[in-house]
Amino acid sequence: MFKKNLSVSPAPHIHSGMSVTKVMCDVIIALVPAVAASVYFFGYYVILIVVVSVASCTLSEYVWQKHVIKTPSSVGDMSAVLTGCLLALTLPPTLPLWQVAVGGFFSVIFAKQVFGGIGHNPFNPALMGRAFLQIAWPKEMITWLTPHNLSITSATPLEASKLNQTPLPSYSDLFFGNVSGSLGETSAFAILIGAVYLIFRGQIKMTIPLSYIVGVAMVSAAYGKDVLFQLLAGGLMLGAFFMATDPVTAPTTKKGMFIFGIGCGLLTALIRFRGGFPEGVCFSILIMNMTVPIIDRLTIPKPFGFRKRAQ
Amino acid sequence: MGKVSLSFSGGVHPPENKSTAAEKIIEIPLPKRVIIPLIQHVGSQSKPLVSVGDVVKRGQKIASPGGDVSSSIHSSISGKVSAIVPWMHPVLLKPSESIIIESDGEDVSEAPQLNFSDYVRHSRDELKKFIMESGIVGLGGACFPTHIKLSPPKGTEIDYLILNGCECEPYLTCDDALMKEKAKEIIEGIKATMFILDAYQSIIAIEENKKEAIKTLKEIAFNEPNITVLPLPVKYPQGAEKQLIKATTDREVPTGGLPFNVGVVVQNVATTYAIFNAIKNGIPLYERVLTVSGDAVKTPGNYKVRIGTLLSELLDFCGGVDESISKIVTGGPMMGLAQGSLEVPVVKGISGVLCMNDLLSSEFLNCIRCSKCVMVCPMNLLPNMLSVYAEKELYSKTQDYYPLDCIECGCCSYVCPSKRPIVAQIKLSKAYLCSKKT
Repeated sequence: MFKKNLSVSPAPHIHSGMSVTKVMCDVIIALVPAVAASVYFFGYYVILIVVVSVASCTLSEYVWQKHVIKTPSSVGDMSAVLTGCLLALTLPPTLPLWQVAVGGFFSVIFAKQVFGGIGHNPFNPALMGRAFLQIAWPKEMITWLTPHNLSITSATPLEASKLNQTPLPSYSDLFFGNVSGSLGETSAFAILIGAVYLIFRGQIKMTIPLSYIVGVAMVSAAYGKDVLFQLLAGGLMLGAFFMATDPVTAPTTKKGMFIFGIGCGLLTALIRFRGGFPEGVCFSILIMNMTVPIIDRLTIPKPFGFRKRAQ
Repeated sequence: MGKVSLSFSGGVHPPENKSTAAEKIIEIPLPKRVIIPLIQHVGSQSKPLVSVGDVVKRGQKIASPGGDVSSSIHSSISGKVSAIVPWMHPVLLKPSESIIIESDGEDVSEAPQLNFSDYVRHSRDELKKFIMESGIVGLGGACFPTHIKLSPPKGTEIDYLILNGCECEPYLTCDDALMKEKAKEIIEGIKATMFILDAYQSIIAIEENKKEAIKTLKEIAFNEPNITVLPLPVKYPQGAEKQLIKATTDREVPTGGLPFNVGVVVQNVATTYAIFNAIKNGIPLYERVLTVSGDAVKTPGNYKVRIGTLLSELLDFCGGVDESISKIVTGGPMMGLAQGSLEVPVVKGISGVLCMNDLLSSEFLNCIRCSKCVMVCPMNLLPNMLSVYAEKELYSKTQDYYPLDCIECGCCSYVCPSKRPIVAQIKLSKAYLCSKKT
């Protein structure tokens, strides 16, 4: 007679093996080229910024969950590590480390944990951290370095373009990242390597990045700007492939992703050309994050077979 | 037939694990007793025709249809009715009235009814009635009574009879084995079914991974201009009715509609074989081929099993189960049901018995809105939203997200990185909404 207890659970009884930790780790791996490029251009201080940012995010999450809200810690899902990496990549290579740490703390606690933790945050935590730092320490947040020549500060390509400075950097310098800017945004090449990895691993869909880039290109063309320069300069590539694609804060419907991407693109270009800031990636994504619930709500797809309803 | 895509949107590619694909069909020895539930189909319970103490023969009708949507049930062995009591049912997952027959070991058979073997001489209604009398129901798992499926409303023209030989569920190989060994019979069954439906075309849809079955059927169907063998790409759930119709004919079954709304009838290959057996040989449905597989069974294979055989007896014949076993699933791993005990009978709809020893954790995390489920949903739903509302028991709110269109294929749960039991949650919403309707 068979004695062993059998477990009973609903179907399906097999699983793809994908997990939240694996999703997060894939994105972290995809950021490695961008970090490497940043170290190459801006020196070893970059590594310190990344380490402090990651440590601050992880520690904040751990302490908050263990000692404030007293739930099992979820730092194992690697989402705090990812937030730390992403935040670091949006910061200038000169930022004092204690300010980096404050940014990490703000990202994880005020942009994520107070809303209920992973999955519940309406705004991209890394961008919230960056926005906070930009308001708190505006001067430090616009102190940029010249690649390979770290004793000289210089303007980012978008700042230079806004102030009509000449000459602007060449396309190849923009593409490979030999320009000043925040850690991870300068090298489109490194970001694209990471993006190819993410697409290959099925972690991001092309809809959001492509519609974002198309949105920026359309408005740039309408304003008579140099389209390729607008696409390669600033944080567009980093924002399009790594920030706007953050699943928690982006729409989940196929149509919604397209609307979200186009919206981010329009706002980014409008801030660049009409706003007070030279760059608009961070704020445009945060603004579009606010529209996600309504976009999702208005783009509920019709089920397969819906159009031909039975009589 | 116009240009068809041969596929559908969404779907997943789980590991096939069809290790029993090369196994021949083996008939298991006569069971010592059988437990035959009176519900083995969609619809109302059948009415028993025997009482305790009666002596029955194999193939003898022991229960008659209990309503318009119902079916007949036959004894699968010869012996004596020892009880009619509630017994744990493997599909309803609760005790259900069953006829228990103790075998006399003789396996005496009822004389086959051969009146219909020359079926073209009979009217369609007579044939449908005979199919009902033979207890034939959909053997793909849904168990819809076949005579009803073959009776579309008056005025409906059926263009295509689609034979479902996809067998897209991992592990299962019983339809594959049947197509290889009984190809001729299946083609004959198709011709009889086409006659009943007055359908002019038939498509045998098979996933490409069943090379030998495709080859065998193509050879036999060579002289049948109205029967096409159509290999389809391997993708789960290729065998789901609506997705299969889309892939083979590019027609979309409307929401809440049935295949005949688009002029199609879909039938499983095993059902077609059963129709052949009934019409040509006069043998009612009292046995079926199923796959026993999984890491925790000694000799996996494709077995011909009498309806009512207990899983414990079946698995004993398969060499018993390993100590490491943690779960028994009837059906495939994507849609099958986990059984709490081995003392449940094989019913008509069971296409596989899987003995699994790896256990998935039942813990799940917050939805991270990654939309992987949205991308794989073959019905184009938003499983993520259905899941979060159901988790909070806000079932009425799920209505905006079309839970009733869900075909419960399990793709969403399969890909979910947070391991959320999305299908189970959608089923709860469905049950809630259906209970509100009535």
